[in-house]
This record gives sequence, C-alpha cells and structure tokens, in this order.
Amino acid sequence: MSFHFKHSKLERNSLLLLAMIIMVVLVGGIIEIIPLFRMEQVIEPVKGVRPYTPLELAGSNIYIREGCYNCHSQQIRALRDEVARYGHYSLAAESMYDHPFQWGSKRTGPDLARVGGKYSDDWHVAHLKDPRSVVPESIMPTYKFLSETGLYTHDLGQHLATLRMVGVPYTDDMIAHAEQDAQMQAIGDERGDVSGLKARYGNKVNARDFDGQPNMISELDALVAYLQVLGTMVDFKAAENVEKTAP
Amino acid sequence: MTEITCNDAPNYNYEIVKKFTIATVFWGITGFTMGLVIALQLAFPHLNFEPYFNFGRLRPIHTSAVIFAFGGNALFATSYYVVQRTCRVRLWNDALAEFTFWGYQGFIIIAAIGYVLGITQGLEYAEPEWYADIWLTIVWVSYLLVFLVTAIKRKEPHLYVANWFYLAFIITVAVLHLGNNLSIPVSFMGAKSYEVFAGVQSAMIQWWYGHNAVGFFLTAGFLGMVYYFIPKRANRPVYSYRMSILHFWSLIFIYIWAGPHHLHYTALPDWAQTLGMTFSVMLWMPSWGGMINGLMTLSGAWNKLRVDPVLRFMVVALAFYGMSTFEGPLMAIRSVNSLSHYTDWTIGHVHSAALGWVGFITFGSLYHMVPLLWGRKELYSLKLVNLHLWIATIGIVLYITAMWVSGIMQGLMWRDYDAMGFLKYSFVETVMEMHPFYIIRALGGALFLTGALIMVYNFYRTIKGDFNEQEFIADGVPRETSYLKGVTV
Repeated sequence: MSFHFKHSKLERNSLLLLAMIIMVVLVGGIIEIIPLFRMEQVIEPVKGVRPYTPLELAGSNIYIREGCYNCHSQQIRALRDEVARYGHYSLAAESMYDHPFQWGSKRTGPDLARVGGKYSDDWHVAHLKDPRSVVPESIMPTYKFLSETGLYTHDLGQHLATLRMVGVPYTDDMIAHAEQDAQMQAIGDERGDVSGLKARYGNKVNARDFDGQPNMISELDALVAYLQVLGTMVDFKAAENVEKTAP
Repeated sequence: MTEITCNDAPNYNYEIVKKFTIATVFWGITGFTMGLVIALQLAFPHLNFEPYFNFGRLRPIHTSAVIFAFGGNALFATSYYVVQRTCRVRLWNDALAEFTFWGYQGFIIIAAIGYVLGITQGLEYAEPEWYADIWLTIVWVSYLLVFLVTAIKRKEPHLYVANWFYLAFIITVAVLHLGNNLSIPVSFMGAKSYEVFAGVQSAMIQWWYGHNAVGFFLTAGFLGMVYYFIPKRANRPVYSYRMSILHFWSLIFIYIWAGPHHLHYTALPDWAQTLGMTFSVMLWMPSWGGMINGLMTLSGAWNKLRVDPVLRFMVVALAFYGMSTFEGPLMAIRSVNSLSHYTDWTIGHVHSAALGWVGFITFGSLYHMVPLLWGRKELYSLKLVNLHLWIATIGIVLYITAMWVSGIMQGLMWRDYDAMGFLKYSFVETVMEMHPFYIIRALGGALFLTGALIMVYNFYRTIKGDFNEQEFIADGVPRETSYLKGVTV
C-alpha cells in the first residue's frame, strides 16, 4: 500500500516527522493571524480613541495585577440584550492601545467595557473598598489596600516609552511629563495645574481627586481613573457617520 | 523479529520518571486544593483575603497548577517512560533530563510566587512574566532535545504512534509559547512587560495560544498516553493503524484553527470567527475517531473492564473525552456560543475535559506505572483504585451538572425581557441565583480531591512495598476469592 509506505517514511525519520508536524500546525495560525495585521481592514477608524494617560495606564496595570479580567469582560458583543445592558457594542479601535487586550472570557461580574461615567467616583471607592457595602449580594473580593497604598509614579515615563516601542503613539513630551501628568490628574484642577495634561491628552480627560483622599495619590486613584475612562473615548456620532458612509 | 527476553531490556532511566511521577501527584493535590479554595471563594466571598489571597490572584495558581504543574509533569513522566520503552533505548543524556526536571519545577515555583505578588501578563494560561517565559523556553528546548534524540537513537525501525503525539505536543507548545509571549520588559530589573500586540491581534493570538494549549498540551500529549497505556493494559494492539495516522494528522491540522470560537460576536472580523467555528465543528471527527480507536482497542478484551479498575479509569477517561469533544464543537457554533459564552457553562465544559479526560487518563497511567517503576508486582490495593474512580466520577458529575444549570440559567437570565421590552434581571440578580450551584460545584471538587488523596495513600503503601491483605495472599498474588481474580498486569 503506497499510503502505508509513504507514512512509514515519517515513522522512520524522526526529523522529517518533526518538520512535517511544524508545517501542518503552522497553516491555520498563519491564515487566521497574518491578515489581522492589515490594520485598515480590521480596525475601523473612529474619532476619540487616545492612548491612556499615565494615571489611567497605572490603573490599567493594577486592574491586570489584581486579575480583574478573570471575572470581568471588556467586550460588549453585538447582541441585542448586551447592547441594552451595557451600551454600544465594542469596536476594535477601542482596545487598539491595550497591550494586552482585556476582553476577558468570563462574566462572574458584569462587563466593564463602558463602565466609565456610569457611577460616581464615590461609588467606585466604596465598592472597591467593600463591594457589599453598595451591592449586598456581590461576591467580589474587597480591595481596601488600594486606598492605603501610595501609587508608584517614578517609572511611568519608562512605561510610556516601552509602550511606544510596541506602537502606542506617545510623544517625547508625554514621556517626559509622565510622572507629573499622573500626579496632576489625581490632584485635579482645583488644587493643581492640569493645563499640560489636557494639552497632551485632550480636554475630555478626567482630572480630579478620585479616591476622596486629597492628601494622597493612591493606587485607588489610578484604578478609578482607569475605570472612569473605559468606553468613554469614542465619539459615537462620528462613528455613526463612518458607518453611514461605508459601502 | 527476534524474541526479546527480560535480560535484553536496556537499562532504562526510571529515576527521572519516578521524580516526575511524584511531582505529578504533588502538584495534582496542590492544584485540586486550590480549585476547591477558589470555588469556595465564589460561594463565600468572605474567604478572600486581600491582597495576596484574593480570587483574581489565586485563580491563575489553580489553572497553572493543574494544567502546567499536574498535567505538565504527567506529560514529562509518561513521555520519558513511553519513549524509552517503545524505542528500547535509555533516555538520552541523564544530566539534561535531570535539568528538565528541576528546571520545570523551578518554573512552576517562580510563576506561582509571581501570581500571589500580582506579577502577571494578564493573559489567561500565559500569565508568567517575561523572565519566567525565557526560563521555560530553555527548559522546553532541553525537553525537546532529550525526547527527540532518544527517538532518533531508537532500536526499533518505526517510531511508535504514541511518540508522534508527544512530539507534536512538545514542538507545538514551543511555537505557541513563543508566539503568545512576545513582550518587551519595561526594565530588565523589573517584572512588568508589555505585549507586542494589542487589541484584536492580541485577542486572536491569545486564543490561538489558549485553544491550542487545550489542543496540544491537554489533548495531543494525553492521547500519547492513550496510545501506549490502553493497549498495554488491555494487552491488545491498537485497533487500527490507519485510523491512528488519520487521527494524528487531522487532529493536529484542524485544532490550530479553532481558536476564534472564543471570540464570537466580538470585534474580531467575522471571517475569522466563521473559520474558527467551522474548524471547531470539523474537529469533532478526528476527536471521536481517536476515541473510537482507543475504545475499540479493547475488542476481545472487554471482560478486563470488569476486573481491572486501572483500565476502567482509562476507558472512563475516553468517555469523558468523547463527551467534551462533542460539547466543544457544539459550544463553538455561534448561536450556541451567544448563550454559553461568559457563563459557567464554559467552566463546566473545561472541567469535564480536565477532570474527566486529562485527570482520569493520568490517574490510569500513573496506577499502571507506579508498581513497575518501584519494582512492585501490584498496587497496594486495587479496591482503593476502584473507590477513587467512583468518588472522582461522582465529583465530576456534580461539578459539571451544577455548571450546566448555572451557566445556561445565567445566560438565559441575561437575555430575558419583560412584557414592556426591558431587560428582566439586573446583573446581580443573576449572581444571586448562582449561589447554590457554586456550593454543589465545590462539593464536586472536594470529592475529586478526596479521590486523589486516596490515590496518594495507595501510592505511598505501594512504594513502601505493602499489599492489602484482603486482596492479596502475599507479594501481589491475588486471593482466589477476590473479585480481582484474573487481573494480570
């Protein structure tokens, strides 16, 4: 039998078998992954999506550190009930600066893709310190320590520089002022100068004392700043126009 | 063929297999215990102790301990055992093999310490940061070398089918590991790094990795166990050689495409989702082909199931494999996935495969290997093997049924509308409904853990050289009255 004869070649030559295995397993990955790097085909351009401010980035790193993605998704699927519950379905552009993506795979808690602006800072602070104080049935762990832990801001410039290496368009100006911008965003315009921050990241940036502790820039400041910006960047009116003009 | 007598058997390196076997059992108990802990945290949130022992930091310890520590060590142990015996040659390079052992345990410990401290890449099943990834790469290349050179130096003309599966597992896991862990450290003195890819690309590459961690780590390697230990235990040849070839190549070709079914209805382009779904459904065929090939190997030896609880473990594993590989393609269909995704149904699916398939084929293989490795005629007690089997099976059934009910219920509640056209339930109302099922799930996990502890006791007595007096007259000779009469290993 020629089929048997041919396969026995592979059974006799382990290196040939190894080479064949590599070729066979690479096909699927190449076909599914490579085309995704033709960005213009994959990510619809929408107005408003910007890189995270240094404070929001620090918040996103706390979100990852605490494994929030284990229980919260950030991807609203294009399904009627999800759009009704969480808002406009997620666009590819909205996670284009997330290294790595935070879409999640399980909703032990609700989706957070558009949680920004839905609750007050006070609510977030109370909820993170003790979720059951505001949602008695919640099964989320407590995160009191975030409010007691000072935010480490010294290396934020280095973080921005690293992200620039992987394609996030941070400017030299943003990198140089990273630490200062983080502090000013958590201090707010009542007591600090946020003009530089807004010049670099836009006027929509939330700058205020997020955690209710004006004398301290805590990890909670960063996490709440991050949560409050989630899903708020896209200008959906502009996006609708793109959809209308699309062929 | 010349007849081989015992005296011709090469001087196999069993010491390394023993070490990996003990590590498998140790990490298995650790991983199952961590699973029970986090299951209880979901039922009783007061069991979270911030910051180090919150669910978010412990969950990767559970998943890594079970997949990479328990599963990984089982794959090392059995692949080193099988490749030596089927190639009739001693494992190549004792020192390098020894390095793969300590290097791999080191990787597990480095990763686990990182998780508790909050050091993670944030990629499920690929949480370890860049320094741990580099270390694992070195260990893994050593593993490939030890395995491959042993295979090349074999004294048999053909490489046995079990080894194809092990080889595919080792090399593909290497490719996946490198592909999904491309990141740039912020500082060489710090743990944090940023992945090279973002958003859609990051998601696609993660699930290309994630699903094939299932396909190659948790399937191909364990199919290697099926192709060696089931024929060995049943004392029959593999049912069909042709089917083995077809099974092997179609499985490894098709699996790779299935990843996008984790991303239905998301911002991933539709064509990729459709490809993922289509190949996932196709995957049903090679999976069941493999299961049938394994089950039919028992043709003419089905009576052994009645008397050999070790073989029973392996066959129940194949049954769970068949069930999970039917459920998987079903859940990969877009419309089903719209209900199942993000819910406990997925968790139940994973556990029917991890506990029922990966767990049971490993237990079966270990029960077969341990007496041989330590030079005992039989296990201390086969009745305890049977007890383990049933306690664990009941545990799995409790676990998966609880998750089916809670998952499907939650999915339906999320999409339920009232008469006015508004969503009927708030999110937290669906969480409240989960509570009883989380308790049942924890109970299932506790039973599974209990079964594994019985195995530890059985191994301890076996290694000590004891035999249960009720089952054996002496030294592994079964009593005439024993229901085990007729078991031959």
